[in-house]
Amino acid sequence: MSEAAVDKPKVNYYNAKSGIMSWLTTTDHKRLGIMYLYSLGVFFAFAVFMAFLLRLELFTPEIDVLTFGGAQAGDLYNRILTLHGIVMVFLFIVPGLPAVFGNFCLPIMIGAEDVFFPRINLLSWYCYVLGGLFAIFSIALGGPDTGWTFYVPYSTTTGHNVYVPVLAAFIVGWSSILTGLNFVTTVHRLRNKNMSWFKMPLFVWSLYATGWVQIIATPVIGILLLLVMMEKVFGIPVFDPRIGGDPVLFEHIFWIYSHPAVYIMILPAMGVVSEIIATFSRKTIFGYHFIAYSSIAIAAIGSLVWAHHMFTSGMANEARVIFSFLTFFVAVPSAVKVFNWIATMYKGSIRLSPPMVYTMMFILIFSIGGFTGLHLGALSVDIHLHDTAFVVAHFHYVMFGSAGIIFFAAMHYWFPKMSGKLYNEVVAHIAGVLFFIGFNATYFPLFIAGYLGMPRRYASYLPEYEFYHKFSTIGSWVMIFSMLLMFGNLIYAARKGKKSSDNPWGGATLEWHTSSPPPTLNFDKLPDDIPGSYDYPLEVVK
Amino acid sequence: MSGAHAEEEHISSYGFYVKIWLALLFLTFMTVSVSYVDMKKFTLFTAMLVATVKAGLVVLFFMHIRFDKPIFGVMLMVTLIEYLIFIVLTFSDYAYR
Ligand code: HEM
Repeated sequence: MSEAAVDKPKVNYYNAKSGIMSWLTTTDHKRLGIMYLYSLGVFFAFAVFMAFLLRLELFTPEIDVLTFGGAQAGDLYNRILTLHGIVMVFLFIVPGLPAVFGNFCLPIMIGAEDVFFPRINLLSWYCYVLGGLFAIFSIALGGPDTGWTFYVPYSTTTGHNVYVPVLAAFIVGWSSILTGLNFVTTVHRLRNKNMSWFKMPLFVWSLYATGWVQIIATPVIGILLLLVMMEKVFGIPVFDPRIGGDPVLFEHIFWIYSHPAVYIMILPAMGVVSEIIATFSRKTIFGYHFIAYSSIAIAAIGSLVWAHHMFTSGMANEARVIFSFLTFFVAVPSAVKVFNWIATMYKGSIRLSPPMVYTMMFILIFSIGGFTGLHLGALSVDIHLHDTAFVVAHFHYVMFGSAGIIFFAAMHYWFPKMSGKLYNEVVAHIAGVLFFIGFNATYFPLFIAGYLGMPRRYASYLPEYEFYHKFSTIGSWVMIFSMLLMFGNLIYAARKGKKSSDNPWGGATLEWHTSSPPPTLNFDKLPDDIPGSYDYPLEVVK
Repeated sequence: MSGAHAEEEHISSYGFYVKIWLALLFLTFMTVSVSYVDMKKFTLFTAMLVATVKAGLVVLFFMHIRFDKPIFGVMLMVTLIEYLIFIVLTFSDYAYR
């Protein structure tokens, strides 16, 4: 081989074409994954900044930070809180893993060249960005102040603009449905002929289950929006009790979507956990079939528990008992997974690289988040804890400490594959540990404050909660610093990092059998005999 | 594939469709006339029953589910059952309030 040929970087998906238009019109699933990563990063940073302001306001019992612009006491807090919630939920954590890593990895993992509908894939990115712009645009109109749940009758009577952000959620919903449809179809139609259902990586299984939830549940939120419009515009009574509607119906329909949405957030994360644990324990995943089926079980049972968000809404007692009872069942498949992951690590040859460390933090945080979910699911206890800071702590433990940290783990796991570079592992470790400390310092005190009666969504509070809030705010600074360190490390590595080999972690799934970064059509040559997703050679790969 | 499929393809005659249409018209007539009779609790039930039969006719014959691959029927049933579960669970609230 001549010297020139060695020096020239290999043609891959990233350098195959250049120019902004080559990105804006691309149908390559890998490039779309990268585009989602960047756009998600922007929205996430924005929402973290909002959260920083919220925590700053809560540093003291009085309202003294968010008072600029002549706003009424607490009004600005409500609006920032709502934006934080909307952006984090609809623009970060719901699309999160499927849009970025699902897009990047799913076709490669099943030995395909792209998703089944590449153009629709591009369309869903545009829907996502358009929805995001609507959400940002709503700030210009003053920003909504309803909380991310838009409950009626407040949302239909408040003076603040609510329709634009609701519309934003609606448009992002389209993106979600199209992505789900694409993934389900891809898994059915484009699996390599040697990739049977039960050879598929568990991340693919979880994306498949998520895809179904996206297709089935997301339209419900669209229907909800249309109903609100019908009431507003045509006066058809749906939610307004003055004309014969029922406000609780809004909560039913809202949670019929939004509860499954929490499984849209957590299921792909669970899939990533299975990949990372197997790779870094160098062991076949324990209970493959159980993990695969438990994803489906979570998706199915998770659709039946929505009204546990509504125990204090004035629902009939019978319904409260039934939904509380059903809620406990979700814990079963979730626990199946946790036990299987731990059993996989047992006697494995564990390597504590950053993705693995993040994942082990996930297991701990997710267990706390899951168990406190059982407290909230128990009817009698929830009557006490509903709408307190306990709930805020609980959902940050599951959404942020679980799904969010796995997003970070996935970034560190697939970074060498996506960029072809290696990052500084020491910095990644430090950032991870700081994150863990900061995270728990931010949210654990809220469990206690909430239990003692601190309500959620308040800008001011009684002096007896001051200690918990101060602690929490200082924790949030540590956490935000750790994230800056983490992203800084990756951004630096993407530019200046050392070159990565094709398989730096010794993973067994198909994406590790192609070059880093992969060529445009994913494989120069597909391995003739597709290995099992968790078949590890006995010797440790360097 | 298309050849084998074409052989199985079911083509219904115009007359058949007209009969289904007449049946639908008759059922509509029933709904309207029954609404003048006060059957108390059963009013809603009757209306829903007739509507279900009508929807069934449309789906089975006009939408060809009756003659298509069974998998489409299965998918349809899954959706219907899911919908039923949602309604039943929601009515665990409304029926007792
Ligand atoms: C730097 C990280 C974060 C901090 C410091 C933070 C802090 C907060 C605070 C202080 C509140 C308001 C609680 C209240 O007044 O009741 C809040 C609400 C919320 N946060 Fe976060 N958060 C962070 C990240 C996240 C992430 C990653 C997610 C989702 C994935 C998230 C989702 C939410 C939601 C849904 C709400 C509720 C909004 C509402 O009540 O309508 N947050 N957060």
